[in-house]
Amino acid sequence: MAYGHYDAAGMAARRHRAIKILLAGGFGVGKTTLVGAVSEIKPLRTEEPLTARGARTDSIAGVERKTTTTVAMDFGRITLREDLVLYLFGTPGQERFWFMWDELALGALGAIVLADTRRLADCFPAIDYFERRDIPFIIALNCFEGARRYAADDVRIALDLDPDLPIVMCDARSKESAKEVLITLVEHVLSVADEPVSSSGI
Amino acid sequence: MPSNDERWLDAEAGPVVRPYALTRGRTRHAGEAFDLVATVTTTGGRVADPGALAPEHISVLQLARVPTTVVDIASDVDLPLGVVRILLADLRELGLVAIRAPVAAKPRQIDRNTLREVLHGLRAL
Repeated sequence: MAYGHYDAAGMAARRHRAIKILLAGGFGVGKTTLVGAVSEIKPLRTEEPLTARGARTDSIAGVERKTTTTVAMDFGRITLREDLVLYLFGTPGQERFWFMWDELALGALGAIVLADTRRLADCFPAIDYFERRDIPFIIALNCFEGARRYAADDVRIALDLDPDLPIVMCDARSKESAKEVLITLVEHVLSVADEPVSSSGI
Repeated sequence: MPSNDERWLDAEAGPVVRPYALTRGRTRHAGEAFDLVATVTTTGGRVADPGALAPEHISVLQLARVPTTVVDIASDVDLPLGVVRILLADLRELGLVAIRAPVAAKPRQIDRNTLREVLHGLRAL
């Protein structure tokens, strides 16, 4: 490589692949903990202009006055290889943050729905969301101390899930456990991925 | 019953700020939309009037000397995503950065080889 020469072509050839994985679930279910257990946590803020109904818009000399609320997101990075990076996004469960989901979900590898057996209903909206958009997902039951252990099949019935959809028990605090959850998701995505279409025309 | 304002402005929503001062009030960027894991790389181009760039533009350019995703840039410069997007679109318009779409833009679009590589990578963690 010539000194001082910017090798743009070389950079482009070594494609940097960034892959999104979503982590959904109700408030307090352990999303932040899980992201922290398995990835390098990074601060990430997003924002939303507040356009409260009834709020007057002051327009002074064409300068838009915007009040914005910033939202801190759970965001973690797992560098698998120099050119292959996983990004974990914790999607806030509250309805008012759903505007962010569509963008996060675009092209995502898949999603993990983290559930607490004491509050299973909290993950219904997430399940509906991923089912409607054909985004592959798995359920991870965060086994809180003191929570009754349910059999995966009971949870499957309670959540009305497909028999092939993986349900894993996890401890969101443990790196190994969080890793297993991610591995289960990728294996699931591989199992449901269409086989490559033969180009030979047979 | 809480008013609409109170419902939005709880501690979890974060402080109310005006980060768009940096973007001179713009809340949408020009040009083609890009994903938050799109890869940004400097083109090596030069700008005729460096005074047109804010210090934040310069910070972004420095990070993008090696291919870097939009979210990593936002996190590293510690600015909200929407603001960073506008700065990036400015730089793209000036021809200073190229923004490359990520591997997938639709569900189930990541190829099997990449999925296998991800799996191996995770197992090796």
